[in-house]
Amino acid sequence: MANPAKYWREIPQRYRLEAAKCQSCGEIFFPPRLICSRCKSRKFEKIKLSDQGKILTYTVIRTGPSQFADQTPYAVGVVEMDGGGMITSQIADCEFDQLAVGQRVRVEFRRLQKQGPAGILCYGYKCVPA
Amino acid sequence: MRDVAVIGVGLNEKWGEIWEKSLRDLYTEAALNAIDDAGVDHIDSLYVGCMTSGLFVSQEHLGSLMADYLGQNPVPATRVESACASGGVAFRQGYLEVASGASDIVLVGGVEKMTDVSGDEATFALSAAADMEYECYQGITFPGLYALVARAHMHRYGTTPMQLAHVAVKNHKNGSLNPVAQYGFEITPQGVLDSVMVADPLHILDCSPITDGAAAAVLCPLDLAKKLSKKPPVKVLASAQATSTIALHSRKDMTWFDSTAVAAEKAYKAAGKGPKDLHVVELHDCFTIAEIVVLEALGLVERGKGGTTAESGMTALGGKIPVNTSGGLKSKGHPVGATGVAQIVEVTRQLRGESGPRQVKGAKVGLTQNMGGTGGSCVIHILEAA
Repeated sequence: MANPAKYWREIPQRYRLEAAKCQSCGEIFFPPRLICSRCKSRKFEKIKLSDQGKILTYTVIRTGPSQFADQTPYAVGVVEMDGGGMITSQIADCEFDQLAVGQRVRVEFRRLQKQGPAGILCYGYKCVPA
Repeated sequence: MRDVAVIGVGLNEKWGEIWEKSLRDLYTEAALNAIDDAGVDHIDSLYVGCMTSGLFVSQEHLGSLMADYLGQNPVPATRVESACASGGVAFRQGYLEVASGASDIVLVGGVEKMTDVSGDEATFALSAAADMEYECYQGITFPGLYALVARAHMHRYGTTPMQLAHVAVKNHKNGSLNPVAQYGFEITPQGVLDSVMVADPLHILDCSPITDGAAAAVLCPLDLAKKLSKKPPVKVLASAQATSTIALHSRKDMTWFDSTAVAAEKAYKAAGKGPKDLHVVELHDCFTIAEIVVLEALGLVERGKGGTTAESGMTALGGKIPVNTSGGLKSKGHPVGATGVAQIVEVTRQLRGESGPRQVKGAKVGLTQNMGGTGGSCVIHILEAA
């Protein structure tokens, strides 16, 4: 990965959960976007997602891509953050047999992967049982 | 818009790990088989459905490449991409070109050459059908995404891993009758459950494979069909397409494929047909759970009951509504861009009575459903023996 801009421009989302709330209808978008898909308004309020939420569905990846080889097996789920916003996130520091739909989790700042021969460290959010 | 017919279909000789054949070899072989089957002496335009020749073999500009290798320069040629729905969407584009009157004879081919890269690179290429920055960056894989759908479906409706396994078993049973199939052998339900876990609850035998292959079809106006071809023409009754969110987590309901439901409603309305009128269906079983949810979204079974369909024999070859008589993506293989066109090939042959041991007796109306990613795009065609 020669050019870090691709990683750098997503940092507000990956490090701080910065999102957008439609000023017209209140729909929340993570990441932010230019036009509300619900009401087509173009005006948004800058917000941050809550760092607490609940698991809507989950799985345990046992055959992972090579960037995650050192983390396999690992759990991933779709998490609904309190107050709105849905994310796909790893569920770390958990016992796999205790994963459940509805389980409460909170977000932590973690290393996601290493990229390229220089092994640039890429960070972001993971969820842990709350 | 004019009525359109399929007058020629073809696949390359075998789907699987075809080391000796390149991307261009596969496409031209299937295309020539379809052209020969149609008996036409020229084409006006061609389409190439292919998800990502760029990531798999570092080749783009497929319109020019395939028109060249088919000896068809200077006809217009168009590459179509919609992840795993590339083939079906290419077919729809070909259909629209003939229906509009812009062209008379259009060739649609789909192809994917997936084995020139390592398994890891192939997995990466396929993940481009999902949200790279907000799903894949987090470590989710394609089996992982469908596993999330499976878990949600199991939680809400009580669907079981055994019910998923029966889908794979059924499709392999059909595939064992298909000489082109990559994995043309039978498997057992326990065998599926005992196979290595890829992403809970999906085992490796719940997942379609990495495959090289191509498929092609020739379209023309229905009026011309009888003049051009000796084979019974198959009419395209409806062609419908829809999108949904790129990311699974943006869906209102993760146990549902709304793009399939929207496209199905449009297709049934355009065809003047309903789920009960179908005799044969080819749908997108990229994973066993996909077949289960798609059957619900197509209205072939009540919402939440998709898990019962393979288990009960409803969708078996001799069942109430045979589904994936070709072996589906699971047994036949899933060369991504080819799949949607291969579904058209299978249904066309069924409606012509050419399916041999896989023949559904008296099949007159068939449906194909092809989708991309986790249902971010979907294209449906309804065909009828003319």
